[in-house]
Amino acid sequence: MLIANRKIAPPDSDKRWKIVEATMRKQGYSHTALIETLHTIQESFGHISDEALKFASDSLNVPPSKAYGVATFYNLFNMIPLGEHVFSLCTGTACYVKGAGEVLEFMKTEYGLEPGQTTPDNKLSFVEARCVGCCGLAPVMLLDGTVVGKLTPDEMKQRIKEWMSHDE
Amino acid sequence: MTNEELLEIINKEAEENSKFRHCISICNVTGCAAVRSNELVAELQAEVKKRGLENEVQVKPVGCMGLCAAGPIISIQPENIYYREMTPEEAPAVIDSLGGEPLREKLIDVAKEPFFARQEKHALANSGVINPERIEDYIASGGYSTLINAITEMDPAEVIQEIMTSGLRGRGGGGYPTGQKWSTVAKAQGELKYVVCNADEGDPGAFMDRSALESDPHRVLEGMAIAAYAVGASQGYLYIRAEYPTAIKRMKAAIKQAEKFGLLGQDICGTPFSLKLDVRLGAGAFVCGEETALINSIEGNRGMPSLRPPYPAESGLFEQPTLVNNVETFANITGIIKKGGKWYSQTGTAKSKGTKVFALTGEIKNTGLIEVPMGITLREIVYEIGGGIPKKGRKFKAIQTGGPSGGCIPAEHLDTPVDYESLKALGSMMGSGGMIVIDDSSNMIDMARYFMEFSMNESCGKCAPCRVGTVQLYNLLGKFQHGEATEEDLVTLEELCDVVRNTSLCGLGQAAPNPIVSTLRYFRNEYMEKIKPSASHVKEKSQ
Repeated sequence: MLIANRKIAPPDSDKRWKIVEATMRKQGYSHTALIETLHTIQESFGHISDEALKFASDSLNVPPSKAYGVATFYNLFNMIPLGEHVFSLCTGTACYVKGAGEVLEFMKTEYGLEPGQTTPDNKLSFVEARCVGCCGLAPVMLLDGTVVGKLTPDEMKQRIKEWMSHDE
Repeated sequence: MTNEELLEIINKEAEENSKFRHCISICNVTGCAAVRSNELVAELQAEVKKRGLENEVQVKPVGCMGLCAAGPIISIQPENIYYREMTPEEAPAVIDSLGGEPLREKLIDVAKEPFFARQEKHALANSGVINPERIEDYIASGGYSTLINAITEMDPAEVIQEIMTSGLRGRGGGGYPTGQKWSTVAKAQGELKYVVCNADEGDPGAFMDRSALESDPHRVLEGMAIAAYAVGASQGYLYIRAEYPTAIKRMKAAIKQAEKFGLLGQDICGTPFSLKLDVRLGAGAFVCGEETALINSIEGNRGMPSLRPPYPAESGLFEQPTLVNNVETFANITGIIKKGGKWYSQTGTAKSKGTKVFALTGEIKNTGLIEVPMGITLREIVYEIGGGIPKKGRKFKAIQTGGPSGGCIPAEHLDTPVDYESLKALGSMMGSGGMIVIDDSSNMIDMARYFMEFSMNESCGKCAPCRVGTVQLYNLLGKFQHGEATEEDLVTLEELCDVVRNTSLCGLGQAAPNPIVSTLRYFRNEYMEKIKPSASHVKEKSQ
């Protein structure tokens, strides 16, 4: 028989594990809390590391294979860390019709990035955003999570350049 | 909470608001926030404070006013003035203009502008009117009185009967009669029943549900509570996609407020009816919009669909009877119970009753959110409400409805009335309500391939027809795109569409070929042009 609520020690003394534990505790360490726990891990650490996944699966009594399966099934969870800055381009239908493809090309030629890639200096990650529901402002991009819309593809390119140089 | 207590809140609100001479409302949902509506709210508030007008001018962040193309929009009441594309820098000018000459160049004439005048708002009645973050605002607009009446004056069967009479059908796209679904769940045996709100609005190009949740969260909660009472559910979940942070925040806050007011939780209004609601986040999987996949996801598993039957109505979440309805369906409930199913059924067509919310986007002048009666024609939507094609010299080519599961409808069918059956007959579907206008600069093969890429990436991989079929369809379309297709490829393409459609497990796969089938039906010449003359063809010619 499984021992209920057995306490698993977090991988290290990082305080962020407390937040992860709080999420699991709130749902009584039920195996159904897996996705909620993964959300909290990603929010706290930026990505889901192997040790975090192991911690969640042990604590919630979920086989590691299943935890890995769930974590990789959903697009939102990233298993590797993203760069310092994240550029996401919405590739929803409205944005596509309004020329998001041009910006996709631009990222390739200007920064050498395909969706899902990070620059070697770890400064910039390029991800394809799933429709953020601002289709009225298409084409839409997210600069570090801030929605920017109502621009033509050329204006977008200009804005990306400004945003990138601002940091230096 | 009783009706008397509600009345107290309504009176208190009315008294509070009566002291203001002007009320400035600012659209403050995700779309407008991207064009600095947050700053605009702050600037207006600061300006009012600076001039010591706190007791005369109310500055109120509200929900979506619909016309995203002109956002952020502000409205000034009681003068009923609407301004377009406001910037934070214009805040002082707005305050200056109060009670005097309006800012002419910013005015929107809502009485004449068809975008506003042609709409009929029920599900979105409070959108852009109330402050979505205050339950008192919702109560003052008449909110929650219907729930109290339903649970104290009506028995569950009566509630279901009203929904049956209304003719309301599922607004998530399937179009299944809502009353029938409720009745099945009500009859099902189970120790615990669940009510689930499907807010996993995955269709790219659709944002009706986001807007409804952000603009009027309590309306959705009230609809869910009435549904729970009718079917006998005591627990529920709102499954919201993680890409909508503002909607998640507002729904969580709304649940807390409603619990505090005794409108959710244990023994609501002193009756034995209890309802515990929770928010669950999606994690970026389109297939989770399918109800069995959604249920699997709430249970903490991969969001993969299950074979039906058993239907969730009999065995759903944690194998208990579960009612799954879409956000917009729930948003319609309060109105139906308040005014009666008969009233609701007066709007719409014979088989599609009421109004429907659409997200109008793409190459169209008035992009935004509209609520229109069923039966309105596509032409009215595109040319009157939508204002037509904005780019000079470009022509309307098609309107895409139903997202990746829908199809493209060409100009010759623009006079089709919008209802579940008519759109289906055209090879498209109602879907959740995304409408994307495409002008003649777009190529239909590109369009079909774009959707196929989406379906391919989002296929959960459980069944082979969808997992393998979408990849093959995508590759075949690539051949057409590059002009390398043969006549044989066209035959294969059509056959494969048929196989994927008829043998896939769930709606995702079954509908995935629709963008190809509909473009083949209406724009076949574009495919034909890309077929390279076959060897035999060349031979014939040379003879």
